[in-house]
Amino acid sequence: MNKIKYCYILLLCFLLTTLLNCKPKNASTAASGDAEKAYVAPGKYDAFYNFVSGGFSGQMSVYGLPSGRLLRVIPVFSVDPEKSWGYSEETKPMLNTSHGFVPWDDLHHVQLSKTNGEYDGRWAFGNANNTPRVARIDLKTFRTAEIIELPNSAGNHSSPFITENTEYVVAGTRFSVPPDDANGDIPINTYKQNFKGTLSFISVGKADGKMDLSFQIQCPGVNFDLSRAGKGKSHGWFFFSCYNTEQANTLLEVNASQKDKDFIMAVNWKKAEEYLKAGKGRKQSVKYAHNTYSDATHSATSEIKTEVTVLDSKELADICYFIPCPKSPHGCDVDPTGEYIVGSGKLAALIPVFSFDKMIKAIADKAYDGNFDGIPVIKYEAALYGEVKKPGLGPLHTEFDAKGNAYTSFFVSSEVVKWNIKDLKVLDRVPTYYSVGHLCIPGGDSKTPYGKYLIAYNKITKDRYLPTGPELAQSAQLYDISGDKMQMILDFPTIGEPHYAQAAPADLIKNNGQLKIFKIAENKSIYKANGEAETKVVREGNKVHVYMTAIRSHFAPDNIEGIKFGDEVYFHVTNLEQDWDVPHGFSVKGANNAELLIMPGETSTLKWVPDRTGIFPMYCTDFCSALHQEMQGYVRVSPAGSSVPLSFSVGKNNPAAIPTPAPVAVPANK
Amino acid sequence: MRKTIILFTVMAIIYACGGDKKKAADFTDKTTKSGADYDPKRGLGKYTTESVKLGALDAAMAENGSKVQAVKCSSCHKLTEEKLVGPGWKGVTTRREAAWIMNFITNPDPMIDKDPVVQAQLELCLVRMPNQSLTDEDARNILEFMRKNDGAK
Repeated sequence: MNKIKYCYILLLCFLLTTLLNCKPKNASTAASGDAEKAYVAPGKYDAFYNFVSGGFSGQMSVYGLPSGRLLRVIPVFSVDPEKSWGYSEETKPMLNTSHGFVPWDDLHHVQLSKTNGEYDGRWAFGNANNTPRVARIDLKTFRTAEIIELPNSAGNHSSPFITENTEYVVAGTRFSVPPDDANGDIPINTYKQNFKGTLSFISVGKADGKMDLSFQIQCPGVNFDLSRAGKGKSHGWFFFSCYNTEQANTLLEVNASQKDKDFIMAVNWKKAEEYLKAGKGRKQSVKYAHNTYSDATHSATSEIKTEVTVLDSKELADICYFIPCPKSPHGCDVDPTGEYIVGSGKLAALIPVFSFDKMIKAIADKAYDGNFDGIPVIKYEAALYGEVKKPGLGPLHTEFDAKGNAYTSFFVSSEVVKWNIKDLKVLDRVPTYYSVGHLCIPGGDSKTPYGKYLIAYNKITKDRYLPTGPELAQSAQLYDISGDKMQMILDFPTIGEPHYAQAAPADLIKNNGQLKIFKIAENKSIYKANGEAETKVVREGNKVHVYMTAIRSHFAPDNIEGIKFGDEVYFHVTNLEQDWDVPHGFSVKGANNAELLIMPGETSTLKWVPDRTGIFPMYCTDFCSALHQEMQGYVRVSPAGSSVPLSFSVGKNNPAAIPTPAPVAVPANK
Repeated sequence: MRKTIILFTVMAIIYACGGDKKKAADFTDKTTKSGADYDPKRGLGKYTTESVKLGALDAAMAENGSKVQAVKCSSCHKLTEEKLVGPGWKGVTTRREAAWIMNFITNPDPMIDKDPVVQAQLELCLVRMPNQSLTDEDARNILEFMRKNDGAK
């Protein structure tokens, strides 16, 4: 009896203490066991950087994985007033094109630079779809360092895919168009005769990453969709998916879906290089912008270039071959060995896998099925390794792990399907929420995938998050792929619309020589104020240049007078801080522009044209210290023709230059 | 028997919440260590009384120090005793050991957290002295310039 009572008390104590001391655990443990795999404790670093295209936002976002925490949005093709991208005088030239200043674009694909087929952590590349361009982002600064425009192109979609040593960034045009030097004022329904596809090969400087439009290949008029470089044994080749081989120019939804098979185009770029060397290219007169940003001068320059060398795929044999591929292929992905090329016909009910070795043999044997617009068409079976039967509906993109498996996204059936490359058997499938587009496995397009995670980028979220009116976020879903079964562990919204993304181990990027500050001694801006002693205000006609400094927590000068209505004022602000993560902001009332966000040691310029006379406050916009709210100043704008002299100061009250408002009566007895 | 119950209860508490212990530790990783070993004369950093040798004033070094001061220090410190954002520099080399100055200007953040005099100063200035990424040479030249400013010969 006593014993039973004792046990009862013990049990009660145990239950009570358990209940009392363990209030609801944090959300991650409460939600489900799987969520813990995505948990990264506050203050801890993520294991991977995930560089994600921003789609119609025009930017590139950086997330940590597995937490899904947004680390940074890198402005690339769209202006960003928050970071003064496209607003500061120094960055405006970066968005210059042959069409003038273009403030927006559509960034679809991200590629990390590679050495020997593996990520090297140096640069990320992104494409602009609308006004065809390719950007290079420096991963030491997480800033856009260079943007090159592409002539003869429209809808730069199959871009910016790179070769295994980043020899080239390649850009295939989605819309075929008349070449830039031909008369384009022609009927649209002369597509078949007059429209051409163009593949651009942009070389990348080994040491400095500098891009140069090396050559273009003119191709038959079809839609080039996506592309991948060969690797290992297939290094030297590029593969492009092509649709609209019907060559329709209207209602493509129906008219470009007529044929059972479109093509994957295999391009022998080493052969193209030989032709280029032999002078077989045609010099074509074009116009395109090439913009570069210098971290030394803290400013960008835009150069308009006027010539490109074009190789004709029809005249120059052995560069291009078509491989038939079922229905409007979208993704065109090469496995880690370089042997297998996966074509994802988005209207097809199977996934064809082509063999590089078989393709080479078919070319040697001339196993052709005639030609398309002068380009040999290899027999389907001659290049085919095999087909994945009934994998799902609407296959789009494929990534790879290190264990010989492929993962394909299915837009229509909203799922990811894992299958084995060798036996082409489906191994597993998981749903996505909803309508998945691209996939990303860390290193999933390289020779040595890191595996571990798969991220699905979804077009539609519908009921996944709290409603936010008619417009809802797009999303990413993270799956653990370390086991046999894929397991969803996280779901997070993204900026813009995520298309392709790549992920690299955190160490590869964070140990690449990350820049923490710009050294003030190395700042070569012509507008730098090297310390407060060099601050000044200089008038040149109606242009007034303010050479200003910022440090916690004041501007020098912070009182400026003598600005006149009709003046253009340029605030050149140098941040004198030399410590990590101490930017200052700058803005002035009524500026039809943006703020400046100036990193330590950097000089940035805000142009301001005052629209009225009066007193205009200016202040620091980035909370910098306990006295941040004191970091402010005034600019006085006088009427045109006023005699108020130009003056500037900090920390002293200048003698009053205007009469004191209330006249003082002089005592009579004095 | 009562003892057994108490012991069991304590064990149960520990057992029941063992899972969260590890995560709690993540937050405590970065707490500052006890200030007991702090030397207010030398400060915190790589410099010691032995490593900072002072001799007759080196005019060339002081001149270089003046140049660095103009870019990185003058926004906040006057050369007189007057406080601007931070205290004026006049007399600093007599108030402070050379090693303390060298440590503070090259390693300000940890010292602001620990040094009682700097903490009192922070209550007056309210702006933490920024780390201006001085090289060893810059720092030493600035010290020489401070000495010149204080009339060292």
